[in-house]
Amino acid sequence: MSYLSLNNIEVIYDHVILVLKGVSLEVPEGSIVALLGANGAGKSTTLKSISNLLRAERGDVTKGSIEFKGRRIDRMTPAELVRRGVIQVMEGRHCFGHLSIEENLLTGAYTRRQSRAELRDSLERVYAYFPRLKTRRSSQAGYTSGGEQQMCAIGRALMARPEMILLDEPSMGLAPQIVEEIFEIVKDLNGKEKVSFLLAEQNTMVALRYADFGYILENGRVVMEGEADALRNNEDVKEFYLGLSSEGRKSFRDVKHYRRRKRWLS
Amino acid sequence: MQFFIEVLIGGLLSGVMYALVALGFVLIYKASGVFNFAQGAMVFFAALSFVGFQEVLPARFGLEAGSAAVFWLSFLLAFATMVVLGIATERIVLRPLVNQPPITLFMATIGLTYVVEGLAQMTWGANVRGLELGIMDEPIAWLMDDYGIGVSKFDLFAAGVAASLVALLALLFQYTKVGRALRAVADDHQAALSIGIPLQTIWRVVWAVAGFVALVAGMIWGARNGVQFALTFTALKALPVLILGGFTSVPGAIVGGLIIGASEKLAEVYVGPLVGGGIEGWFPYMLALAFLLVRPEGLFGERHIDRV
Repeated sequence: MSYLSLNNIEVIYDHVILVLKGVSLEVPEGSIVALLGANGAGKSTTLKSISNLLRAERGDVTKGSIEFKGRRIDRMTPAELVRRGVIQVMEGRHCFGHLSIEENLLTGAYTRRQSRAELRDSLERVYAYFPRLKTRRSSQAGYTSGGEQQMCAIGRALMARPEMILLDEPSMGLAPQIVEEIFEIVKDLNGKEKVSFLLAEQNTMVALRYADFGYILENGRVVMEGEADALRNNEDVKEFYLGLSSEGRKSFRDVKHYRRRKRWLS
Repeated sequence: MQFFIEVLIGGLLSGVMYALVALGFVLIYKASGVFNFAQGAMVFFAALSFVGFQEVLPARFGLEAGSAAVFWLSFLLAFATMVVLGIATERIVLRPLVNQPPITLFMATIGLTYVVEGLAQMTWGANVRGLELGIMDEPIAWLMDDYGIGVSKFDLFAAGVAASLVALLALLFQYTKVGRALRAVADDHQAALSIGIPLQTIWRVVWAVAGFVALVAGMIWGARNGVQFALTFTALKALPVLILGGFTSVPGAIVGGLIIGASEKLAEVYVGPLVGGGIEGWFPYMLALAFLLVRPEGLFGERHIDRV
């Protein structure tokens, strides 16, 4: 029995805009799976169709099925799903700007029935992973830096004690060092807390370094999949997503002439 | 001097009445980012339901008219009616409009205003009714005798009610799990949804609480002026209060109400004669307008956070 699996799902926004055209993917328990691709490829939509945030944006899964631990989850509300252990960290962080960092974290525990002591315990656990949040615990989240907000968003999700986190574009707008820091923490959470991750990323290089497995989306379809290492060494991936080719970096002037075709399109 | 104090106190206390109405706006605005135009209609509906039940209960079930049992039973039933109204609003109006721009929701509440007004009069009739709370609108004797200042008992009672309501709401917002969730939803619907806060539940809670506030406001205003259609216009009185105090602040609604109440009465008495009187009606709006230029988020409103 697979852990999280998407079978041939189709997503339509507003009854007319076809965004995902049959996406299938699997996330094995305890792994980090990367979902790669350009802007508008359908990465965020895939994550939202799993977490069911899609319907709030007038999107709908019209075909296919989504299963988590053998149960269909595509008709559940986001709240039910969070209670089952699947939570999404949205693109662009979305911290509650007027709440303090600590209050932000506490809202993450909304779905859990915990005693005060347990709640403190969960908080401390999050602070252990993100010491930076502890020093800023009483500042309004809206005034913290982008990196701190990303940490706050991940920490907030952790407060729900999830089994699986859908992480959307954690590197967005962050300095390379902070990106590394955040991915290190993701790896750490994966190793120590046994949290599985499905992460959507533009930053293919970093994502493939930390992930176990990767899928590449283009125009709402999975066009390539494989072990992270294999993908990293794939010539096509190198050329199109990592900006490298067998002859090393080349000038954009040359690219025009020797352009490789994306053979999988058409 | 005595006269000044009397006017001031009278103004402050009438300000509390405005604040009561403003509170309902603040609650819904805070939690759903919607300016609920229907709040005035809700005040009217709540007060009308209360008097309606007060009439129906003795007539149908043989309870003794004017007894405490009838009073509290009517109160509970009116509250239940407001809760049902809140839930229905969430189900029929808000849920299909999740993630729509605020202006859409605002328009929806304008529509809701007419529905609620119509519903109220359809159910209970359009007659003006009196409402008796058992507190006389007369000056407190010892203050009058010893200092010559007339302060209405009723006003003081209203102020007490408003103060305890505010204290209760402030505690609810600041320290409870639901309160935190309410503020989270106010900040970011989608993010709240993503961490498993059920928007529907939160909205129902907010509308129910706003219904409760509307009921209290309606009873006090109704006891003062009679339960009539004009109650819906109390909403307009609450507008300058909101602009002054800030749309997102519960204490702001109270402070704003006090300032508006005091300043309109003082202006009427001291500035009024200079311009021929009758400025009480529009003075608060002038004040609000001036305030908008200086501090658009109000005295206690949440400042818009811009990261630069």
